[in-house]
Amino acid sequence: MRPFGYAAPATVEQAVGLLAAEGSEALAGGTDLLSLLKDDVERVDRLVALRGVAGLSGIELDGGTLRIGAMTTLQELRDHDGAIAALPALAVAIDGVASPQLREMGTVGGDLLQRPRCWYYRRGFGLLALTADGRSMVTEGDNRYHAIFPTGQARFVNPSSLAPLLVALGAEAVVHGPGGERRLPVEALYQAPQAAEERENTLAPGELLAGVEANVAGSRSAVYEVRQRRSLDWPLMAAAVTLTGSGSRAERARIVLGHAAPTPHVAAAAGDVLSGQELTPETVAAAADAAVEGARPMSGNRYKIQLARTAVRRALGHAAGMEI
Amino acid sequence: MKGRRVTDDAKRSGFSRRSFLRGGAAGALSGGLTTGLLTGEAGAAAADSEATETVGPGPVDVELEVNGATHRLAVEPRVTLLDGLRDRLDVTGPKRVCDRGTCGACTVLEDGRPIYACSRLMIESAGRSITTVEGLGSPDAMHDVQQAFVDNDAQQCGFCTPGFVVATAALLARHPAPSEPEIEAGLGGNFCRCGTYKGIRAVIAGGEGGGVSGG
Repeated sequence: MRPFGYAAPATVEQAVGLLAAEGSEALAGGTDLLSLLKDDVERVDRLVALRGVAGLSGIELDGGTLRIGAMTTLQELRDHDGAIAALPALAVAIDGVASPQLREMGTVGGDLLQRPRCWYYRRGFGLLALTADGRSMVTEGDNRYHAIFPTGQARFVNPSSLAPLLVALGAEAVVHGPGGERRLPVEALYQAPQAAEERENTLAPGELLAGVEANVAGSRSAVYEVRQRRSLDWPLMAAAVTLTGSGSRAERARIVLGHAAPTPHVAAAAGDVLSGQELTPETVAAAADAAVEGARPMSGNRYKIQLARTAVRRALGHAAGMEI
Repeated sequence: MKGRRVTDDAKRSGFSRRSFLRGGAAGALSGGLTTGLLTGEAGAAAADSEATETVGPGPVDVELEVNGATHRLAVEPRVTLLDGLRDRLDVTGPKRVCDRGTCGACTVLEDGRPIYACSRLMIESAGRSITTVEGLGSPDAMHDVQQAFVDNDAQQCGFCTPGFVVATAALLARHPAPSEPEIEAGLGGNFCRCGTYKGIRAVIAGGEGGGVSGG
């Protein structure tokens, strides 16, 4: 790793002040950032350690509202009986990070803001992986794990384990910055960059993800991940669904795909298909088809369309507690 | 508040002291002190202008406990816990294999929790307690898990073994008599390229040599 400075603020205000300086990056669990620094894919002048910042770690369940501090480790969240009972799908999403060491080190904020796994990005060719004359290394190269919903020049996939579920739930992100606190839907944390200097998240310099807040009452959620290996890998495809309504009837359905697009992919049409409907094998299949409508696979990832259909169908089945 | 530029001449003295206090505060927080969560107010009482000091990129004094002994050393912030243990403290049980938080050969316990030492900066472990495979037991007085690895011949080239031993101890601390899926999940963060998984399962569940969980 290249040399860098290090600061360990005690408060959010101090952290925000430090992060506003150019060349400063927030350090959470470090499992992603340190690898990027070792590979010289990212460079920093200074790391701002969030481990000792007060108020960023912890879990609160207040009626139907679940608040999770960004520096809460995945294992702390997994071990919180109240949170898991209120939102069992969390256990599925966290257990997908199939390494105890990564769950102990990795944080909720770090999971949400981890950098894409695209191998062109990880080899130093940038998020858009364009050649000097503007051709896409992804479309012309090996894109088996890339997006089936590419957005402009962005063809990587969002790798977060928690984001699809939080987006399906309509959770809010709490962000602190030089101007104070702002709240935004979790999906608004993400963007599909279209220029080399743009990132895949929308945080401004000096801004810090402090945590997330979700209403977990009155709905049923599920996550289904399609995996190549059970241990230590990201899923090939993931679906998260949140249903309101009881029994086999869905008043409203939110369906979100992970590993499908540069951002968590809200399959709005699929949710609309189910809203106000009985969940039957037919309506669920129609929703699964709607979820992949408009997909634009590349040379090597057409198989992910069927994985997405299957993930949506099985997530819906798990959420509704029925065999589908 | 304006961010500081990174400077070499940042105050170095007492960093370990502050880190020590910081480690203590973080411990208390994870113990359930969630007042002010997400409001940014909880930090007000802990505000310490000194804590915003930028240290490095040159060496910084760090104090941490390794296998029961307190060590104080000067390391650059970029030095990982793994490299600091191996290259500076001569604690070579944790192995440097992938160095990217994937293979598990560097697994150590930090305040009792299993982590990849390659993916933690040593400065981040200041004020904390590290246990490596050497801290579990010695050749003369082996930990039950170490003895069971010997009894079950659960290694071949042995390079992944220190990480597996520590991860197994952590698994058994959490699940004293783990089920088969719990064993798989509990050791899912460690790889053995020789493929000694059968012997490692026997370490826990009991094989010819007897397992540590009595299963």
